[in-house]
Amino acid sequence: MRTGSRSIFWIKSAQAVLLAVAVCFSMGAGNSSERFTDLGHRLMCTCSCAQMLGECNHVGCPESGRMRNELSAAIASGASDKEILASFSAKYGATVLAAPTTKGFDLVAWIAPFAVFAAALLGTILLVRHWSIGRTAAAQEANPAMDALREKIRRETDSGNEGDI
Amino acid sequence: MATLGSFALLVALALTVYNLFAGTMALRLIATGQPSRVAPDRLADTARRAGIAGFAAVSVAVFALVWSVFANDFSITYILEHSNRALPGAYKFAALWSGQEGSLLLWAWLLAAFGFVLRLTHKTDVKLYAYAGTILAAVQTFFLAVVNFAAPPFALMKGAVPDDGNGLSPLLQYPEMVIHPPMLYLGYVGFTVPFAFALGALMMRYPGEKWIKITRVWTLVTWMFLTLGIFLGMHWAYAVLGWGGYWGWDPVENASFMPWLTGTAFLHSVMMQERKGMMKSWNVWLIFTTFLLTLLGTLLTRAGLVSSVHAFAQSSIGTWFWVFMLIVLAVCIFTYVLQRDHLKSDQQLESLVSRESSFLFNNLVLLAACFVILWGTLFPILSEYVQGSKVTVGPPFYNRVAVPIGLFLLFLTGVGPLLPWRATSLRAIRRNFIIPSIALWGTAIVCMIAGARPWKDGAFDSGNFYALVGFSLSAAVFAAIASEFLRGAAVIAKQTHRNLFAATVLLTRRNTRRYGGYIVHIGVVIVIVGLAGAAFNHNEEKELGVNDTISVGPYSLKCVGFTQDSNLNFNSEYAMLDVYRDGKKLFQMTPEKRVYLASQQPETRVAIHSVVGWDLYVVYEGTNPDTGQPIIKAFLNPLVSWIWAGVVFMVFGTFVALAPSATPATASLRVPATQPVTAEAALKGGD
Repeated sequence: MRTGSRSIFWIKSAQAVLLAVAVCFSMGAGNSSERFTDLGHRLMCTCSCAQMLGECNHVGCPESGRMRNELSAAIASGASDKEILASFSAKYGATVLAAPTTKGFDLVAWIAPFAVFAAALLGTILLVRHWSIGRTAAAQEANPAMDALREKIRRETDSGNEGDI
Repeated sequence: MATLGSFALLVALALTVYNLFAGTMALRLIATGQPSRVAPDRLADTARRAGIAGFAAVSVAVFALVWSVFANDFSITYILEHSNRALPGAYKFAALWSGQEGSLLLWAWLLAAFGFVLRLTHKTDVKLYAYAGTILAAVQTFFLAVVNFAAPPFALMKGAVPDDGNGLSPLLQYPEMVIHPPMLYLGYVGFTVPFAFALGALMMRYPGEKWIKITRVWTLVTWMFLTLGIFLGMHWAYAVLGWGGYWGWDPVENASFMPWLTGTAFLHSVMMQERKGMMKSWNVWLIFTTFLLTLLGTLLTRAGLVSSVHAFAQSSIGTWFWVFMLIVLAVCIFTYVLQRDHLKSDQQLESLVSRESSFLFNNLVLLAACFVILWGTLFPILSEYVQGSKVTVGPPFYNRVAVPIGLFLLFLTGVGPLLPWRATSLRAIRRNFIIPSIALWGTAIVCMIAGARPWKDGAFDSGNFYALVGFSLSAAVFAAIASEFLRGAAVIAKQTHRNLFAATVLLTRRNTRRYGGYIVHIGVVIVIVGLAGAAFNHNEEKELGVNDTISVGPYSLKCVGFTQDSNLNFNSEYAMLDVYRDGKKLFQMTPEKRVYLASQQPETRVAIHSVVGWDLYVVYEGTNPDTGQPIIKAFLNPLVSWIWAGVVFMVFGTFVALAPSATPATASLRVPATQPVTAEAALKGGD
């Protein structure tokens, strides 16, 4: 009975949290767009300053002012984000885009990190499982004499260094 | 002085080469037991002394270069290109590392200095130190060969000597630049020492974990310098570049961050080896990788492989670094393959949910983050090779890929300390996680109510979402660490009748390593909170005449005038802006624009007013050529000061971890495995 009431408490708490999250998520959602800022941070300034267009502000930049005007004009013309990025890429080259696209070889840039991370995660889990199994097997084949010798060597070589770490 | 400097560098190279060959020969004679005319011990000692003398010789070269800068000796090409007569004294000193040749000399000198300390303290373990000293001499030989033959800092200019130099880059004429590069170099160079010990210990099949204990102080101090170097660089970028940010995922920034990540992984995983005799191969490869990454970063930026705002000009030294890196990698692989049987783990993991596992996953995530950054840095080169055209891998890529990994790492930072060693029960997990979970969800709800919602203008906003997750996880991690402190301190307070603060201090003193580490984690949490604040940055830009105002956040900035100033080094023009809040004048800000006379290059001096909640950051962008009106850009950057405060905590925590514990840190071996922090552990220590 007590376990049952505790479960109900946790379920109710989870429901309350989810409800609060849902309410908060929906608060203040609007429709206005900040496309200029967004696109300005998806394009690079081409003056070799290695800064994004939306952040390039160094004195006398020969490119950023003109590029920003082009961006404003493109947004005003009603072009979609995709069309604007494509037109900039066609005019200034692929390096004007602040990140690789998701087409062709560029897609590898996005996939590789997650693939490697997933593979490493899986590998680690398998390794831990392997160790756990191996540990059981090793316990059955334990060699007390060898363990004692190894411990003796460690004690001898590690002596005089205690307490400082 | 140029002759003295060049000669000193040649002498240093000769001494280091002797150190390398005599050391190698002595170690080989000792290992094989072959008879020889000179006793191997004496030969090894002469090698060690040559290493010490080598440090003196490089120091003479450094002195000669610094002296020449102060003496305005423009017959030396390096000084002509990086200094001028009107340059203030501190920046003249900084000229030592402002160019390629000088910075390589600084690298060689710091390496020699580390070697000097190592060789003086050789009695700790004569044989291991002899191995490490010889390996260090091999690295020193490379750098001294580079500064002698590929990038000589004392090269003389041809033709008539100009009366004045070209001056230091305006971007480098900032107080941080006097300390940021040396800190970063101390970090880079310092990792050579644990690398040398790891390789040496592997070569001699050194039993036990003593080499890790010996290098622990080196590694921690090195890590601290690298941390400081990175954050000082961030602050420099924030205050000088004038774009309102501090981290742009530039290849040079990435180059410094990668060894920091692997070095951090190493600092965590060595605990597994010390305590459990596990992850021996892993640790050896972590430190090998860290060392190689310090070289790779240097190679990437100096060989012109990637474009960067602070990359040095493309030069021939890239080939030197390629060759050296390949040699280092070959030696590491060869030694590992030959001696890998020696690195067999003593114990193995028992459970997926344990402190050991959390260390393993922590390492995995740190290395994944390192891979992402390396991948992003190298992808333009790869793309050019495959597609024939370069692409840009900028902040949007890293924000989407690296930030989630970073948040997962933050999650592990909180989870790790809550898990006991070996294995745990569901009940223990529930008990330990209840407070952090409340903190996490409570913070998430409060943040969303306060406006930090992952929705902006009806669309999903990844920046706000990451910020929300960052704040919530930070609160959970802080709660987890705080509960660790409080649990231990409460026991001490009860038994010793001290107040909670005094008990916390005593708790920390009794196990400086553990609680110092927790303080570093608190620092990381504070930094993350500061970084998450960037999602809510906003700025306003306006052409501002006298008496015009610009508003940003709660502030109104009224322009009261523009004025000019000049000195021998630069001409400056600055705006005087009175800052009002709720109609009340608070202070005046004077963003500045300078033009340096020697180089005729402009530079921005940002005006920053920093409070706990935000930074008011004002840039004088120059004058609109069409209207003649000055342009002012004002940013309100929330929580930036938290980043710098977090670093202070990280450094303080490192010092605490370096300090010896009041009681030996071995008592925790008696702590029951299922308790993360027990009264016994709190009172007696344990790591």
